[in-house]
This record gives sequence, C-alpha cells and structure tokens, in this order.
Amino acid sequence: MNSAVLPAIEARFKLDWPGFSLDVDLTLPGHGVTALFGHSGSGKTTLLRAIAGLERVANGRLSVKGDVWQDAAVFRPTHRRPLGYVFQEASLFPHLSVQANLAYGQKRVPEAQRRVALDQAVDMLNIGHLLDRKPDRLSGGERQRVGIARALAVSPSLLLMDEPLAALDHALKQEILPYLERLHDELDIPVLYVSHAPDEVARLADHIVVMAGGKAVAAGPLGDTLARLDLPIKLGEDAGVVLDAVVAARDAEWQLAHMEFAGGRLWVRDHGLPLGHRARVRILARDVSLARTPHSGTSILNTLPAVVVDSVADAHGALTLVKLRVGESPLLARLTRRSAHALEIAPGQLLYVQIKAVALIG
Amino acid sequence: MLSDTDWSAIRLTVELAGVTTALLLILGTPIAWWLARTRSAWKGAVGAIVALPIVLPPTVIGFYLLVAMGPQGPVGRLTESLGLGTLPFTFAGLVVASVIYSLPFVVQPIQNAFEAIGERPLEVAATLRASPLDTFFSVVLPLARPGYLTATVLGFAHTVGEFGVVLMIGGNIPDKTRVVSVQIYDHVEAMDYAAAHGLAAGMVAFSFLVLLLLYTLNPTGRRA
Amino acid sequence: MKFPFKRCMATVWATLFIGPVYAADVQVAVAANFTAPMQKIAADFEQATGHRARLAFGATGKFYAQIKNGAPFEVLLAADDDTPARLEKEGLAVAGSRFTYSIGQLALWSARPGYVDGKGEVLKQGAFDHLALANPRLAPYGGAAVETMNKLGVLSALQPKFVQGENIAQTFQFVSTGNAELGFVALSQVVEDGKLKRGSAWVVPAGLHAPIRQDAVILVRGKANPAALALMKYLKEDRARAIIRAYGYQY
Repeated sequence: MNSAVLPAIEARFKLDWPGFSLDVDLTLPGHGVTALFGHSGSGKTTLLRAIAGLERVANGRLSVKGDVWQDAAVFRPTHRRPLGYVFQEASLFPHLSVQANLAYGQKRVPEAQRRVALDQAVDMLNIGHLLDRKPDRLSGGERQRVGIARALAVSPSLLLMDEPLAALDHALKQEILPYLERLHDELDIPVLYVSHAPDEVARLADHIVVMAGGKAVAAGPLGDTLARLDLPIKLGEDAGVVLDAVVAARDAEWQLAHMEFAGGRLWVRDHGLPLGHRARVRILARDVSLARTPHSGTSILNTLPAVVVDSVADAHGALTLVKLRVGESPLLARLTRRSAHALEIAPGQLLYVQIKAVALIG
Repeated sequence: MLSDTDWSAIRLTVELAGVTTALLLILGTPIAWWLARTRSAWKGAVGAIVALPIVLPPTVIGFYLLVAMGPQGPVGRLTESLGLGTLPFTFAGLVVASVIYSLPFVVQPIQNAFEAIGERPLEVAATLRASPLDTFFSVVLPLARPGYLTATVLGFAHTVGEFGVVLMIGGNIPDKTRVVSVQIYDHVEAMDYAAAHGLAAGMVAFSFLVLLLLYTLNPTGRRA
Repeated sequence: MKFPFKRCMATVWATLFIGPVYAADVQVAVAANFTAPMQKIAADFEQATGHRARLAFGATGKFYAQIKNGAPFEVLLAADDDTPARLEKEGLAVAGSRFTYSIGQLALWSARPGYVDGKGEVLKQGAFDHLALANPRLAPYGGAAVETMNKLGVLSALQPKFVQGENIAQTFQFVSTGNAELGFVALSQVVEDGKLKRGSAWVVPAGLHAPIRQDAVILVRGKANPAALALMKYLKEDRARAIIRAYGYQY
C-alpha cells in the first residue's frame, strides 16, 4: 500500500434532510477499489451521488487527485466531472443499440482525453457479440456488463459503482464478478464501490469505508478493517478476515493448493491457479475454532499457531468474538462464551486455530 | 359534391391545424417539461390553467378572447401598439385562439411521456458527459416520441374539430376564418342538409382515421 | 318588480275562476333577437291568463332542425316568415295559425358615440376595417343589410370588410366589443324605451330593404293546448304590442 505517494480523493459533505443526514470528511486512496460498505440507509449511495454531483450538496468539498470538483466557490455539474458511473440497474438507453450506448459517452469526451478505447472496454467485458442488439434483448447480466463498459468508455478518472450487482441473482453475480476483478487488475482507475454485501466487498475491495447513520464509522485497508473488533456495525455470520495470499504449492493427488500468506500456509481446494498467482482467501470467524494443543485426530486440514489479541462479546449473549494474530495476519474466531471461559482466553495467550473452511476468492 | 367554398374551408382548416400544431409542439414542450419536473408549489395551478380548455365551454374561451383581443382589451391594446392591429377576424387570431384551445391536448401527452422517462436516464446521460440540453435532444426527445406522436395527432385533430371559439372570433370570412366546422354549421342553419352531410361525413371519416392511426401506431401512448 | 298584490290577485283569480284545469304550460321557441321583449310579454301573459309560457331562445334555423326531429315545442316565434311557412307546408305547424307578430327594424350601429351619422354616410366613406352583419344566408337581418348596401351602391366596395355573425346576437357582440367598428344589428338590441342605449346609430329606412317579418305559428304539438292559443291571441293585444314597440319593433 503506497497511498501516501499517490494523490488521493478528498471528500467532505454535510447535509441534513428530514430523517436523514450525511456528515463525512474522508480521504480515500487514489487507486484500487474502495468499498463504501453499510446497511441500507447508511448514506453510502447518497455519498456516491454527492461525489458524482447528482446530489447537490451545499458547502461540500471534493477534489480528485488534486483536481477540485466542488468547493465553496466551484460546483462542477455531473457532466463536467470526469467520472464513470455504474447504476444498480444498468439503465441503458432503451432507444439505442448496445454499440450506440457505448459510444454515447465516449464521443462526448474530447479525443485527447480518451485513454480507454471502445474495443478495450468491449473486450474486457466480453460483449463484442452483443453490439447490434437493443437493450431489451439482453439478459440482466449482459445489460450490467454493457453498463460497466459504457462507464469505462468515457475514460473516467474515477469510477463510481452503486451496487452494480445488487439487482442480479447469485448466478449472474458470479458471471459478472470475474469481469470486475479483471477491471481491478488491468485498469489503473480508482473505483468507489457501494455495497452492502460482505462477500462482494471481500472479493473486490482493497480499502473499505464503513458507513452507518450517514457517517463514516471506520475506514482503512480491507484486511485490517475487517479484523477490527470494534467495528461499529455487526457483520454477524459474515464476520471474518480477508488475507492476501500466493499459490505456493499444488497437490495434484488431492487436488489442493497450498496458499502462503503473511503468517503461514493454508490448504484450499485447487481452482487451477498457477504457482505464484496472487489470490485472496476469506476466513469467516464462525469457521475458526481454538484449541490449546494442535490436535492430530481431526478432519481439519488447517491448524496454525496463533496469539490472542483481544476478545469482545458478540451480538448474541452466548457468543464471543476473539481476535488473534497468525504471524503478521489477523484472524477472527467466534466461539461460545462458555468455551472461551474454559480456555481462559486472555490477551497474549498462545493457542492453535483450527480452520474448518477457507474460501479462495479470486 | 363539395363546392369551392367547401374546399376553401377544408384548405384553411388544414392550414390552421398545421400551423397551430407546429406552434403547440414548440410552446408545449417547455411547459410540459416544467410541469413534469418541477417541485414548485405552482405546479398545480399551472397544470390547472393548462387543462382549463378541456372543461371550459368553447364559447367562454371565445368570448374572453373576443373581449381581450378587441381594441379595448389588454391583448388588443398590445397588438395595436405593436402595429399589428387587432386579432379577431384574422387567421393569426384563429391561430392564437386554437393554440390556447388545443394546448392541453398537446401538453398533457408530452408531460406524461416526460414523467414516464423519470430521473434516471437524465442522470445516466449526465454521467456520460451530456449537458442538460444535449441530454434533452439525445435522450429525452427520442424516449418521448410516443408522447409527441399522440400530442401531434390530438393537437391537429382537436384544432380541426374546433368550432365554438372560431365562431366567436372568426367572423366567418372566406379563406381567412371560415373553417370546415363553421361551414358545416352554416349549411345546417341554412337547412342545406345535403351540403352539410358531405362535409360532416368527411369530418367523421377524418376523425376516425386519425384516431385509428394513433391507436395502431402507438398503442401505449394513448394517455391524453 | 311588479306590485306583488296584483300578482297575488291574478293567482287568486286564476285559481278561483279559471281553475287549475285551464291553467297550462306552453313550450315556446323564440328567435334570439326577440329575447328581451318576450321575457316581458311572458310575465304579463302569465299574470293576465294564468298560463305559463316556457321560453327557449335561439337561432330559427336550429329550431327548425329540432322541430323537424321531434323537439317538444308548441309555439314558434321565428326571426323570419319563411320558416313558419315551411313548417306549415311540411305539416309540422297548425295551418292558419301563422301571423306576423312583429316587423324588425335594421340599424347601423357603432359602440362609439358619433361614429355613425344620421344618414348612414359613414358607409360610403368606408373608413373602417370591419363591418359586422348577420350571415345573410342564415339571418333575415343579414339579408336586409345586404339589400340595403346594394341599394346604396356600396355592397361590392364593402364586401371585403364583412365579418359575419352566425346570428344577430353574435353580430351585436362583434360591434359592442369594438372588434368591428360598426355593424348592422336589430334596432331592438340597441334601444330601450325608444332611446339609444349607447354609441351611435342610423335606423335604416324601411324602403331600403324588404320588411323583416317575424312570424309566429302554432306547432302540431301545441294544437290542443289552450295556453298556445291564448299566447297567440295575447301577442296581438295592446299590452303585448306596447312592449314590442318599445323594443324597436313594428307590427
């Protein structure tokens, strides 16, 4: 993470509507995907719309990589902000073909400022075979891919995505996610990604801003932030950590891959990734149990030594959430309060974590 | 079957309806746009004023226009001071009257079409670098096309069918203000029913064809 | 307002002596130009006879079409003498009931004082944009106006300035709002109690056009209605004729 080097996005907005207020003062990294994460009504979409200029917030201030989009003296309307916006529903223009939808934004950008070629956007989202169709002849997933390509085709300095997968079912989500990852890997465009789905965030985001009640209640790199015990919003079953890892070995016989992360190695199902490939693994707190000694007679493959950092009561009175450190990496474990009592959990204590499931997320 | 004066009335009627419809589409668009998008407290009042000709008897409109556009009326004084003379008994006067009379039939379908488009396509266009005016021509107009078709047909047909207002301010001048509906009325009043039938049947056929066209081409844009 | 005592007495009389059996309603179609005098006549008629005249005002041509198609009128006071004759010929009116209840007088009138001179010279000067007249095809007053201009030799010069009202009431409207500087109207529209109400006028001499005879006739529906007969009779009585004359008609 070298966010200090790159110019950042500074956003300060404050507004009061009946029954809703927004009060944020954020510095966001000028690269990678930043998730604006929160429950509905937390203000994340309003913040995104304010950044786009779709919501006119008086006395707001916004600069993107040193370029002032809005302050006390300036308000650049949306069409003068070099951004791309992907809406929850693709919102393609129904009277235009896919091709014309893609070209609509691009031809309005001066040629000198075009950095993303139409072909590139078409390739990246794999929509070349759809160009002649009208939007009403596309599936939901295809529509959203066209929507994303259309936003990319304006060569944005900042890509804003408002829950682009929320309107899609699980299968379609799986269809689109790889394209979003590709975007993340191949394009150097900072993305603000609004979502209320922890799995999307875990998979796509590098940074996270947690929104609640119109305020940014936590912000930072994804791994550190998700592992915070004092996260003001409860993730419940979704509590867990995301670790960056590399494919260190592959076991052809058992079809497993050995993923190395800062703190150890984990066996996961082999998805065919080549050795040395970088990928993320997600470990949910509910899938981690603790033991005083490394067990041998168990079905669990991944057992690692860990140090207890802290623990807090979980949402339900019977449960407790324990933060540990495995090497340099944080880990969360959820256990019953009774088990915690039996183990005499205390900071600094050395324990073994038994990890029942590890999800490889791209 | 139709006399020369009948044909001249038909020509005049088509001309009047054409000019009126063209003007209404130009004038009605900003009004419809404002009505569709505003959150102003005046929306209700302006909408009601635009809709007034639907409920007012044409004679009321005709009477007030006659008074207002006369030499003592406010409009008449204005047009006279501009050197245009007064408007009653002129083609221009009929156009002004028809514009007022047919206004709701043009504004309302366009307004409905604008409202049906909603906020989202405008926002999308803005994020794709289109200025508001650009958006209007490249997105709003094409999407509102069914509304415009309905407005054109209704505006034209309604002007053709106009009678009371023309009667009140027209003065029944051949080639200037004697339109088909007035001509039919004259035939009926003069008990020349054969001549009346010729034109009246033509009007029925015309109206039917227009509505048929509207409903066939535009089955969803019917809301007036 | 009439002295109420008289009205009370009339009602008492009607009830005691004529009796409810004889007091009837009659549906009357009245030419628009005769509106004002007929309202007065009907009130007097009711007082004098106990019968009630229910009045509908409108264009004679329209009444003709309605009567032909079964409108429930029992008496027609037309704006001309053709229509009653035609109805009689077509068997829609009671033969022999027709008579001229008034003769209309044509006036050239302007809402502006001093605009129309006492001899109608203004027509010859022609220094105006619009001359209003009733549609000669539809209204006897329009026909009389054309006849007058023809006799004065100004018809073809003035024709381009014509604006036509569908009836004499609309013609009056054109002139009274000033949209037409002057026009041929019914004298009855501009005088009251023998005096010009406003503006300036020239009463067109009777010799310049054929008399505008307005005929009344009993329609077949009113054949057996005593009130219809009574009304026809009453129109010829002095009281009614005084009213007719006061409104600028002759008879």
